[in-house]
Amino acid sequence: MTEFVLQVNGASMRVEAPAEESLLSVLRYRLNLTGTKYGCGEGECGACTVLLNGKAYRSCRVSVAAAANAGITTIEGLERHGVLTPVQQAFVDEGAMQCGYCTSGMIVEATALLEENPQPTEEQIVARMNGNVCRCGTYPRIVAAVRRAAEGGRA
Amino acid sequence: MSAVTEWMDRREFLKGLGAGLLVCLTHGGVMAQESGRTFGGHALPKEVSAWIHIGADGKVTVYTGKVEVGQNIRTSLAQQVAEELRVPFGRIAMVMGDTDLVPWDMGTFGSRTTPTMGPELRMMAAAAREELLRKAAAQWKVSVTALKVEDGRIVDAKSSHSASYGELTRGEKLVSVVEGQEALTPATEWKVAGTPVPKTEIRAFVTGEHKFPSDVVRPGMLFGAVVRPEGFNAKLISVDTSAAEKMPGVQIVREGDFIGVVAPAMYTARQAVEAIHAKWDVPAQPSNDGLFDYLKSHPDGESQPEHQAGSVEQAMAAADVKVEDKYTVQYIAHAPLEPRAAVAEWNAGKVTVWTGTQRPFGVRDQLMEAFSLPVEKVRVVQPDMGSGYGGKHTGEAALEAARLSKAAGKPVKVVWTREEEFTWAYLRPAGLMELRAAARRDGTLVAWEHHNYNSGPAAISMPYVVANQLIQYHPAQSPLRQGSYRSLAATANNFARESHMDAVAHAVGMDPVAFRLKNLADLRLIAVVKAATERFGWEKARSTATRGYGFACGNDKGGYVAACAEVEIDGDKRVRIRRIVQAWESGAIINPDGLRNQVGGAIVQGIGGAMFEAILFGNGRILNPHFADYRLPRFRDVPEVDVVLVDRKDLPSAGAGESGLICVAPAVGNALFAATGQRLRNMPMTPDRTVPGVAVSGLTS
Ligand code: FES
Ligand code: FES
Repeated sequence: MTEFVLQVNGASMRVEAPAEESLLSVLRYRLNLTGTKYGCGEGECGACTVLLNGKAYRSCRVSVAAAANAGITTIEGLERHGVLTPVQQAFVDEGAMQCGYCTSGMIVEATALLEENPQPTEEQIVARMNGNVCRCGTYPRIVAAVRRAAEGGRA
Repeated sequence: MSAVTEWMDRREFLKGLGAGLLVCLTHGGVMAQESGRTFGGHALPKEVSAWIHIGADGKVTVYTGKVEVGQNIRTSLAQQVAEELRVPFGRIAMVMGDTDLVPWDMGTFGSRTTPTMGPELRMMAAAAREELLRKAAAQWKVSVTALKVEDGRIVDAKSSHSASYGELTRGEKLVSVVEGQEALTPATEWKVAGTPVPKTEIRAFVTGEHKFPSDVVRPGMLFGAVVRPEGFNAKLISVDTSAAEKMPGVQIVREGDFIGVVAPAMYTARQAVEAIHAKWDVPAQPSNDGLFDYLKSHPDGESQPEHQAGSVEQAMAAADVKVEDKYTVQYIAHAPLEPRAAVAEWNAGKVTVWTGTQRPFGVRDQLMEAFSLPVEKVRVVQPDMGSGYGGKHTGEAALEAARLSKAAGKPVKVVWTREEEFTWAYLRPAGLMELRAAARRDGTLVAWEHHNYNSGPAAISMPYVVANQLIQYHPAQSPLRQGSYRSLAATANNFARESHMDAVAHAVGMDPVAFRLKNLADLRLIAVVKAATERFGWEKARSTATRGYGFACGNDKGGYVAACAEVEIDGDKRVRIRRIVQAWESGAIINPDGLRNQVGGAIVQGIGGAMFEAILFGNGRILNPHFADYRLPRFRDVPEVDVVLVDRKDLPSAGAGESGLICVAPAVGNALFAATGQRLRNMPMTPDRTVPGVAVSGLTS
């Protein structure tokens, strides 16, 4: 067990964990930040996506030790003072979910995408989001939500 | 009455509600026919009671045993109650799937919520409204007919009396028992129902705030994991737990062949399981190769024809055109993105389990049986979950968590890994379909024979008019654990039938849509056939070697569906589905936005089973229990999807979560035939890896 100080959503959080434990496991089961989801634990579904210094990572494939020096943003850290981000708002406006279990990962992935490429084409959205699974099959609405967010909510 | 009284006593639940109007329905309800069934050897309570409570503050609480799994019934049921009560949608709160708080319910499956729970709740809401009207009329000494109700207020225009529901119920507890049928508001007059109300509580899903079953945290909670056998039907030979026992805080729980661990961290629990060395005896078992012969030669009891008319034999002998073929579907996994999960907590001999299940009361029964507990000592709570698609009828994780928690004396959380979910849950049945058909040169169907081995009887009956028929489902001894699945056997049966219809159409030289219309009499099906083909532009669709157009239709569980597909095949024989236009009709639409979402989702899920999903197995093991080896539909696989909704306000609403799947595979397969001349009779049609025992199609996707 090692003690780590993680920077999560702007707050310092102290946690003891084996260095090789995944960031996902630490977030969900040690820090009770359950907005980040487990879907496969193998980097194949994107449910666990978080931002490390603004870039999207599969938190099931990142060790807590590797994340210790980064600024971590989870789904819980996107909203500011009760105001949803444009991506979150676009998911609401498009009704871009069914069960909503993939939604955290989708929103975080899309947030990173728009940070890097504020005006993606539909093909770019599809290519970038392809690693995120929505078993409910809400893909067309998710694409529409990302476009809407890119267009400043006026899609 | 007595059943209801007992139920109320048992729950002691009225106490907490305070003043207000409580509505309970004792009999004559639309769900009555579903009560009294037995599951797992338990006689279930016969009473069918549903509840609505209107608080003094005007807030309405609705209690239902149905659960929200993404099909949007938390919203659509609330819309229906709001409609009948004449209150704004936002005033309704739904309590769902908590066995201590809601009336018994069989479970959420089979597209039953909309046709049964919807009318049930509407009737109770209408009864509550009528009761309040009577109360107001008595208070103001006017006739009920003089009163108007709007926005949760009763108004007498003449005397200018007015009172909110809350004001009418204040300080007094009313219990209204509905004995008969109240008149329901016709769909043509709906103001809240029938509109695209957004998913309720949607904000909590975009902020990560919503607590799914796997997110539940209890004070002092520990983490559990289970040692899995090396294969199905394995017997434990020996086990060495010594290394795991030395890990700090780890407790080993053993009962027969069950070996579980409890640890202070999830990570430690998983490590402890890894450290346990168990030897298993796994018997030899079937694999994909030879599966269909196996299913045919291993019947599970005697079976009778579902439908028989005339003589297929004679009609076949005399017919101009005959087509005979076999179709197969593989086992596939539900793969809900949230795997099975549960948190169990024991308190003074009572166990409470938060878990993801489509049958909270079924899981309650399983827990009662496993721990020999009376009903009041088990509570199952079902938070809105990361879906199920028919895959979460059972309570495996709940039982494991309860067992481990009992041993540990602390709350315990169990979350299945993806591999566990693929391996130890149950699967959509594989199936073999053998079809024979005959038609006259003019395209009149004269004979149809359809046998389904193992996959099930759903949608097996012929929607077309045929004089001579033999339709039979043959249950088989499945080598793998199988169970419910979104639209279950309707997918397999419709795939076989609609592919075969296409083959017969080509054999008689008719356009596949014209051929179907010639043999259809069902007006609802005809209407969706027309809606889909018109929107698609079927008239002008001419297939080429690289672009194919296909059609399929069908009906099941009150849903009528027709789909046109456009596929593209490139030089490497790679298939892309370019467009699917699907028309859908399931009676009066309660929420067009939610319905569109469901039907669209069903199409995407249907693409998986049609094109590439297959469980590979052998000798009691699943060989591809990972997303890397079991291909799911992803963003790139999704074509342009156009859902045409047909709203029949004159017809009762049917469920819409399932049957949207059933035309995808045959429409795509028929499109591929139109382009390539190759008939694809096995689902999945374009798998990434060869499925042993299935001829290679040569096409990929
Ligand atoms: S849980 Fe990390 S990618 Fe699936
Ligand atoms: S909404 Fe259910 S997995 Fe995406």
